[in-house]
Amino acid sequence: MSEARDFRSIGQRVIRPDGVDKVTGRAAFGADYALPGMIYGRVLRSPHAHARIVSIDTKKAARMPGVLAVVTGADFPSVGSEEITGGEGAGNYKDLATNVMARDKALYHGHAVAAVAATSVAEAEAALAAIKVKYEKLKPLLDLDAAMADDAVLVEEGLFTSGLPEKPTKPSNVATVMELKRGDVEAGFREADIVVEATYRTPTVHQGYIEPHACLATINQGGQATIWASTQGHFDVRSSTAKVLGLNVSDVRVIPTEIGGGFGGKTTIYVEPVAVLLSKRSGRPVKMTMSREEVFRASGPASATKCVIKIGARKDGTLTAMSAWLAYEAGAFRGSSMAPGAMCVFAPYKVDNFLIRGFDVLVNKPKVAAYRAPGAPQSMYACESLLDELAAKLGMDPIDLRLKNAVEEGAQAAYGPKFNAIGFRECLEAAKRHPNYKIPLGQDEGRGVAAGFWFNAGMQSSAEIHINEDGTVTVIEGNPDIGGSRASMALMAAEELGVPYERVRVQIADTESAGYTNTTGGSRVTFATGMAVIQAARDIIGQCKQRAAATWGIDADMVDWADGKAIPKPGVNADVKPLTLAAIAANAGRTGGPLLGRASLNARGAGPGFSVNIADVRVDRDTGKVDVLRFTAIQDVGKAIHPGYVEGQMQGGAAQGIGWALNEEYVYSKDGVMENAGFLDYRIPVASDLPMIDTQIIEVPNPSHPYGVRGCGETPIVAPLAAVANATHAATGVRIRELPLSPPRVLAALDNAAGSAAGKAAG
Amino acid sequence: MTKVHVSTTINGQPAEFLCEPSQSLLDVLREDLQLTGTKEGCATGDCGACSITLDGTLVCSCLVLGVEAAGKSLGTIEGIAKGDELHPIQQKFLEHAALQCGVCTPGLIVATKSLLDANPAPSEEEIRYYLAGNLCRCTGYDKIVRAVQDAAKTMRGEAA
Repeated sequence: MSEARDFRSIGQRVIRPDGVDKVTGRAAFGADYALPGMIYGRVLRSPHAHARIVSIDTKKAARMPGVLAVVTGADFPSVGSEEITGGEGAGNYKDLATNVMARDKALYHGHAVAAVAATSVAEAEAALAAIKVKYEKLKPLLDLDAAMADDAVLVEEGLFTSGLPEKPTKPSNVATVMELKRGDVEAGFREADIVVEATYRTPTVHQGYIEPHACLATINQGGQATIWASTQGHFDVRSSTAKVLGLNVSDVRVIPTEIGGGFGGKTTIYVEPVAVLLSKRSGRPVKMTMSREEVFRASGPASATKCVIKIGARKDGTLTAMSAWLAYEAGAFRGSSMAPGAMCVFAPYKVDNFLIRGFDVLVNKPKVAAYRAPGAPQSMYACESLLDELAAKLGMDPIDLRLKNAVEEGAQAAYGPKFNAIGFRECLEAAKRHPNYKIPLGQDEGRGVAAGFWFNAGMQSSAEIHINEDGTVTVIEGNPDIGGSRASMALMAAEELGVPYERVRVQIADTESAGYTNTTGGSRVTFATGMAVIQAARDIIGQCKQRAAATWGIDADMVDWADGKAIPKPGVNADVKPLTLAAIAANAGRTGGPLLGRASLNARGAGPGFSVNIADVRVDRDTGKVDVLRFTAIQDVGKAIHPGYVEGQMQGGAAQGIGWALNEEYVYSKDGVMENAGFLDYRIPVASDLPMIDTQIIEVPNPSHPYGVRGCGETPIVAPLAAVANATHAATGVRIRELPLSPPRVLAALDNAAGSAAGKAAG
Repeated sequence: MTKVHVSTTINGQPAEFLCEPSQSLLDVLREDLQLTGTKEGCATGDCGACSITLDGTLVCSCLVLGVEAAGKSLGTIEGIAKGDELHPIQQKFLEHAALQCGVCTPGLIVATKSLLDANPAPSEEEIRYYLAGNLCRCTGYDKIVRAVQDAAKTMRGEAA
């Protein structure tokens, strides 16, 4: 249903409607709200990575000055096992409730064990120090190999692996096993002229949003709660908080604040139900914010992984077989992004024989959360690195190897469906032609290429459009604007209605004012909520045609809508002047009442996103430091509604991927304590670490969207890991199969390579 | 603890407040004076979201005590626009789509103004090093650097 057309608003680099408030400090984020009588909540967290909670004594804390409420796990209702649907990432409400507040066991360092509300933060923190918790320490499980060992201590007692053909007879830390296969993988490897295999590892990393989790909650004596929350999905905050506290969904109103970044990390709840319960106990509104240290220790990072990839190919580069063994750390509760990681790993390639096995593994670390294209960066880093190794062995250009095997329209994806129109080949060809691919490199410099893929999501969205009495337009929708989506909604409404962009404003409404809408995640907002906005606009146009027809005394099907006006169809024998939206709105009271357009949908046909990145790096052989000299991000986005914000997604994803490749990792002590829980030691890229990031937008329209839109926000983080790793190999001749490529690791690898070269020379 | 009475100047206007001796200036600005345009991202001086000027010097307000504001002149994001008119830096951040979530933006704008007041024609490298203390996780900095370059041009009176 995508239409070839000339756009008037779509594609313009307009100023976002919420922009002025965000450059002047007016925009209110999670921690910026206050209510009369408000007090402050703080959380006591486990100092052990794995321990039985023997007892908690809060008596002294409750008597401290300024303290108005103290709660522990015993104060929360018991929540039964029930799968969470509708949100991003797998999960279970029982686990969610136990993650929000520990019950009998602390399962990671930083796990919440009690909370206090007091009239000041200082008083609340003093009271936390007065809570006496008796722990019985247990051995913490901190890595995949240890957790998957036969005799491993269990993170969750009585957990039996799901997804196996037969029910297992003994419990395990492997929560889920998943398998995807096609053809005969062993036969495929026998057909190959060359087979490569390697193991890659990635560390625990954090989304690193700049705004810590924050909320303000109040509940009355009748059990009706209102929560202001910084979240990607306020409907999910509502359902999860209701479930954790045993409230009716209709008794929880969630008002989304502006959100200071999320990248998947703000698709779940942490402090929100605690704040509501503290409000209930104290009778006061309670504000809770996490410190940066708490964000690192107790929100949801992305999985550390171990990925074993094997690829077989003919001499001409044709892939004959691929296999993947993918283990993802889930943290203390099941539900890592292993499944999407497994579904993405070979998605860009046509191969008749493959076997993919994925493992979701419990360890004593915080429960992981979604992080931008959750699961894909890790598995695809492994596959795209090994393809680079294969290309070198075949003596092929790495882009040519990918072109030889690239999926195109009609190909069956490794994860099941047949691809509709996709732009992978276009991205590869653009990369091959890109001037940055031809720039000569100097000493210790290298160039790396990698591809990225993400499904993109559709899911449920609602939108309303109100035509105001002066003909201006108010769009009401339910997706927190995390990176400029108000602008894309306004552009689409303006395009459909034929009115100037500046006459359209967009309101992100709370759970009682917007129709149900799934979370801002899965790169779904411009696609799915955009589709709802377009449909709501078409609803308005239909109504306007009827109003005009009634005014003119003709049939509605004899009225057209063009350039923001109702006009009679050619040949209509009526002496009428076109009616503008403003004219129809001004007369609405006399033609049937206010103009209100609506749409609610479950959007199907999200177009998959492909990307190709080219990274140029220079390696300092004395320090092991890798500098990115140039970075080129090429991506098919279907149709760029606001090219500036699309480029911004590509550049921001590249920067996060570069950070993942070069610097970022959770450093754990042997006791399971994160040793770098701050921005000084968990180093995300700063301005002086990066070059300009060149972007090239490819537009292969998604046939399922009226304008051809496919999601664009997540794909950008997938390819940079391998692109940077492949460039580092090209610069040094040394292949390091573990991230991050931090100076100590690179230096050690260079020294090791020099040592073995010297050894060989001596031998 | 007895609160301390502090007289200071904020965005050119005299201001007074009471604060705990241990309270950070950031906390005073946000919680006591309701100047919430200055953001808290880390409270350890690593992210720059709380950037303000103290007698013209760029500082992380989370690393300054409230009592240290006594007799000083503070500049916050709320004082960057002149009345009804956006500062050219603010305008260029908007035009270049140099913000996504927007939570680092107030700090970046305060820091950029501090840079351009001292150095009206910085190189790309100077911009990147001056702003290295202001973390942005959304943009990859590309559009921020371009916005700063363009704002500098406008402030120098050169045509865009």
